[in-house]
Amino acid sequence: MSKKVPAWQAVLRGLGPRGMALRIGAPVLALLISLGITMVLLRVTGADPVSSVQAMVDYGTTPNSVVDILNRATRYYLSAVAVAIGFRMALLNIGVDGQYRLAALLAAALAGALSLPAPFGQILTIVAAMVVGGLWAAIAGVLKVTRGVSEVLSTIMLNSIATGLIAYLLNPKRLAEMRPGSNNIATPQVPSSGRVGALNGALSAIGIDLPGRLYGLLPVAIVVGIVFWVVVNYTRFGFDLKVSGLAPGAAEASGVSAKKMIVVTMVTSGAIAGLIGMPELLGASYEYSLNFPAGLGFTGITVALLGRNHPLGIAFAAVLFAFLDQTSDVLQEVEVPKEIVGVMQGVVVLTVVIVYELVRRFEIRREQRAVAGELATGHDLARAGKGR
Amino acid sequence: MPDAAVRLTGITKRFPGVVANRDVDLTIERGEVHALCGENGAGKSTLMKILYGMQRPDEGTVEIDGEQVVLRSPADAIARGIGMVHQHFKLADNLTVLENVILGAEPRRFGRIDFAAARAAIRDMSARYGLRVDPDSLVQPLGVGDRQRVEILKVLYRGAKVLILDEPTAVLVPQEVDELFANLRELRAEGLTVLFISHKLDEVLSVADAISVIRRGTTVATRLDPAEVTARRLAELMVGSELPTPELRESTVTDEVQLDVAGLTVRTPEGRAVVDDVSLRIRRGEIVGLAGVEGNGQGELIEALMGIRPAASGTIRYGGVDVTHWPTRRRREAGIAYIPEDRHRHGLVLEAPLWENRMLGHQTERPNARGPWIDRRGARRDTARIAAEYDVRTPGIDVPAGALSGGNQQKLIVGREMSGAPKLLVAAHPTRGIDVGAQAAIWDALRAARAAGLAVLLVSADLEELIGMSDTLHVILRGRLVAEVDPRSVTPEDLGSAMTGAVS
Repeated sequence: MSKKVPAWQAVLRGLGPRGMALRIGAPVLALLISLGITMVLLRVTGADPVSSVQAMVDYGTTPNSVVDILNRATRYYLSAVAVAIGFRMALLNIGVDGQYRLAALLAAALAGALSLPAPFGQILTIVAAMVVGGLWAAIAGVLKVTRGVSEVLSTIMLNSIATGLIAYLLNPKRLAEMRPGSNNIATPQVPSSGRVGALNGALSAIGIDLPGRLYGLLPVAIVVGIVFWVVVNYTRFGFDLKVSGLAPGAAEASGVSAKKMIVVTMVTSGAIAGLIGMPELLGASYEYSLNFPAGLGFTGITVALLGRNHPLGIAFAAVLFAFLDQTSDVLQEVEVPKEIVGVMQGVVVLTVVIVYELVRRFEIRREQRAVAGELATGHDLARAGKGR
Repeated sequence: MPDAAVRLTGITKRFPGVVANRDVDLTIERGEVHALCGENGAGKSTLMKILYGMQRPDEGTVEIDGEQVVLRSPADAIARGIGMVHQHFKLADNLTVLENVILGAEPRRFGRIDFAAARAAIRDMSARYGLRVDPDSLVQPLGVGDRQRVEILKVLYRGAKVLILDEPTAVLVPQEVDELFANLRELRAEGLTVLFISHKLDEVLSVADAISVIRRGTTVATRLDPAEVTARRLAELMVGSELPTPELRESTVTDEVQLDVAGLTVRTPEGRAVVDDVSLRIRRGEIVGLAGVEGNGQGELIEALMGIRPAASGTIRYGGVDVTHWPTRRRREAGIAYIPEDRHRHGLVLEAPLWENRMLGHQTERPNARGPWIDRRGARRDTARIAAEYDVRTPGIDVPAGALSGGNQQKLIVGREMSGAPKLLVAAHPTRGIDVGAQAAIWDALRAARAAGLAVLLVSADLEELIGMSDTLHVILRGRLVAEVDPRSVTPEDLGSAMTGAVS
């Protein structure tokens, strides 16, 4: 046998140019196609596509925008990871939205009432948010395993219930207080000992100077991403999760308890959802008010889809969405309605989903051909094993 | 002598790296049912695609009614009177039978579709060939047998004189198979030619006028007379060697009871007992066979043993311990190995690579895991070992399981389940739908494991396998064990009648 790695091995291991080309080529291709469609759309609305995109890029790369985009991306990222955990086992947690809002409200009320020395208040607040999010999601999980209620329906309904509950609790008679001089209602401010400082200081120490305030909890999103990746790929739990999603029958026969997995996955997803509001609460607003960012749970579904449930893919998707949202304002200056950004986001997601499916089918066909071909020409692990 | 309906001469078709057909010679006379047999992957499908114009041969000629033709597309083939009924039906559910039949070949009158003429033509064909279907019924509620008749009508409506049927019985139940065969005889009586592709030898022998066998891309026997050839001979031609026989040599049965099931009852959610008061014992080194017509509680019994389905009453003792209420994972960790009936749905994750499939069902055990962590290196190394030891034909362990043939998938499952020194094996149809080479390998594995002291519960629909491989043989009927027969003396016929309850 020659020492050179045969081409078939390179292809199957994803080493060769073909494998790499597909892995990197598919998303690049999808983005190019959606950029093309976007250009056409801009043209149709009467704008000059090149200068519009140029304006978006120019505005999006100013230091102020970069900070805002990173802050937005942090929220999107946490939200998308919460959704992706469910997606991994074909569990659609539509309720991330309700889970994070309820968690943020209750955690804000707790943090506002606490006065603990530095790390403990923050940790307690974050843990409380994760517990609230997890418990709220657990309702849907328990309903599914005991009564067979579809998690899609129950989480949508739980979103409405969360909205009602928040409206009830965010009241001067209960958890909130009126802000003097405005119509806003908010929970008591988090004391300064319970806040998380901006990252700007740490970054300027290594030579990056940014204006504004970069969320101090941005690293939490990175840690969540890494933990997600490690759990999915390197742990038994991740394996069970993957098998349950791909082949529920095989999972059951292999000893995975479907009910346990559903509840555990929902709780985990809800706990991550609880984190979504934390960077804003502890790093910027210090209170839960009527102005607290809403709807992040739904953006998360789209971002998870765009990022293919992969921690790195979701990171790119979160930044892309944040960039589009951030730069939508500048479009008005070139006389393009800012709502076109929503269309662009839709185009990106659809293109990515379609391109990936086509590539996947192409790959399956190629693999089957490769297997048949290699066996016919004698590359066979069974025979090679005996020869040795 | 009249010209043959179809004559293929010296057909060769190469794909990159593979020769799918090599020097195939095949003659099909007019007005006969001609069967083409061969194992999966022997080249039957490629040959039929060539005849139907879907692929062009690299060498060789196709003659139809004595005239040499070049078929560039299925449309060419249809124009020459060749029609194909695919294994997977291609019908529009929301259209009627009539609309499906004429779709793409609509008769027109004054620029509009002439439904009356089409209806008359279909009624006429239905009557003439005994293909009973109501042209105005929707396709959606029709059963598989009816749908197949619609497919045949579609082909006939386009004027086919030669019908290619690709594994037509694969989707049918026995009564429907009988009906199909009656239809085929009618077609033959009307002078049509049928080319029937199958690997079910009993069916081939009962319906064909002539049989040809294809192996590794070439015809190894042509125009055999079904009256003069046996199923066994055909099978040997298909695989090119003597067939393996399921048989056990000296008894290895010990008196140590590994599995003791007492009074086990399993109920459906509605409360009906699908497994009814079953008691059986399996000792170490013993293979206990379970014979029964499908759907008589075998599947539910197995699922109860594996902990997938709860027992309503009764006990399951495993190695002396009551495991009746143990979850599946605990049973598997205790050494119960499982070969599920449906390997695609329950035995494998088709999208996942082989090494991940090797972990399936053993994801908590070495060499696949260390504590909560997956041991990729251990699992991968052990997958390579299984591939070599169990002769899993694959170019590598990163190939998705779905890319392997059924026999190789099953060998991987058997190899996986035999790993880690199991004490009990629950095997459901371990050799169903796989080629004879893999079948022999799996029988060898079962025999070796039995000799090493494994207790085996074997459920199978293959009576020869059950009789040959069992030390003890039970018959299950409507969820009850109704008879215990001696596998050394029972004949398949006797066993068959016991399974249907014909003898008490």
